[in-house]
Amino acid sequence: MLLKDKQIYTVSQVTKEIKVILESTFGMGVWVEGEVSDFKTYPSGHAYFSLKDSESLLTAVMFARANAQVKFKIENGLKVVCFGKINFYGPQGKTQLVVEKIEPKGIGARQLAFEQLKEKLLKEGVFDPAHKKALPLMPFNIGIVTSGAGAAIRDILGILKKGAPGVGVVIRPVRVQGEGAALEIAKGIEELNEFKEIDLIIVSRGGGSTEDLWAFNEEPCVRAVYNSGIPVVSAVGHQINTSLCDLAADIFVETPTAAAKIIVDKKNLLLTEISELRHEMGFSVLDKINFFKNEVTRLKASLKSPMDKLQEKEQLLDELYVALGSNIRQAISITGERLKSFIERLDALSPLKVLSRGYSLSMREPGGVIIREAFKLCPGELVKTILDRGAFISRVEGIIKENEDEGKTVV
Amino acid sequence: MKEKQSFEDDLKKLQKIVEELSSGKLTLGESLKKYEEGIKLAQGCSSLLEDAQRKVESLLKKEGKFALEKFKEEEE
Repeated sequence: MLLKDKQIYTVSQVTKEIKVILESTFGMGVWVEGEVSDFKTYPSGHAYFSLKDSESLLTAVMFARANAQVKFKIENGLKVVCFGKINFYGPQGKTQLVVEKIEPKGIGARQLAFEQLKEKLLKEGVFDPAHKKALPLMPFNIGIVTSGAGAAIRDILGILKKGAPGVGVVIRPVRVQGEGAALEIAKGIEELNEFKEIDLIIVSRGGGSTEDLWAFNEEPCVRAVYNSGIPVVSAVGHQINTSLCDLAADIFVETPTAAAKIIVDKKNLLLTEISELRHEMGFSVLDKINFFKNEVTRLKASLKSPMDKLQEKEQLLDELYVALGSNIRQAISITGERLKSFIERLDALSPLKVLSRGYSLSMREPGGVIIREAFKLCPGELVKTILDRGAFISRVEGIIKENEDEGKTVV
Repeated sequence: MKEKQSFEDDLKKLQKIVEELSSGKLTLGESLKKYEEGIKLAQGCSSLLEDAQRKVESLLKKEGKFALEKFKEEEE
């Protein structure tokens, strides 16, 4: 073949042809499975990497818009399934996969499912704090949904036995891993709700790998926790990874032991509170009693006994008596004085006193009638005359009338 | 359930009595009566919490009916 007989393409022409062939074959998009290598993200948000298997390598580009939709971290060595279109990039002569979707393969797919379910439930409000129920003041009867033989139940019962031996436990034994475990857990939660005599449900499983704990990320389990009318404590695994069951529960803790401790703590807190109430009550009553004691003391002090009153009266009587005595003495002495003056006056008036001054008293003899007028006498009559000392009897010789010279007139 | 309800009621009653007593508005006779009642409630609540006579059982559902069986605890 001569050179001139041959069709000669320019690079651009052949590139264009390749483009057409590639895009007509893979135009609808293609799923490609491989391992990520040489992964780079540019500030533009576009990601560039290679997909490879044991024999080949395919360059891949994921533009910013598609990259933003990726919900897991793409790392070198990660096995992924990508969907995209094969494109021929002329400037560099590269055949590349323009990735529109990327999903991890294997365990990674589970992770993806986890993220998908999480987002769905989040939108539905399954993890909404407003839906969370308050734990009972004191759970006296708890239901535990867990394996009947695992470490979780042993840990929980151990703590309860020591810290709250009064709490009744109803265990709903379930398989906690493997196919169908999520449904069993869900059924356990539902049946404990149906059983009714339960205050609190613990959904639990001891530590294990992410895969072991998977049932607690499955929808039936998560929904059963959300739908439980009885408050649910989720205690799954021993790791920080929160399961969807944790997120849907009313409260979640990291270990089964911690779940049991919630109950022990509640019990101890209540006991402390009750004893404080008791003390407070005692103080109030003591206060009251002391108040009344003081009142009584105060009133007693101001209360006068009848004896006091009597003594008071007696005292008054004494005082009066004394006063009376002195009054009487005074009265007597006054009377005495008056009597004395009377006696003196009387004394002055005594005829005997007159006699002592030289006067005499005459009376008829016998008869003793005082003679006041001379004309009533007749000559010859007997007259008795009393003197200051002694008396004598005389006979009337003559009468001297009045108006005549006293003592000179002789009848 | 019944027990839990009465526990919560009793605790509420106890709290109310404490309030009434601390208000100081009661007569001495009323105070002593309330105190006595309060002590009874506190004792009841405490003994309910400290009671150690509970069971550990497993719940099974057989033919649509619930059955409780004694749970075999592993001895440590």
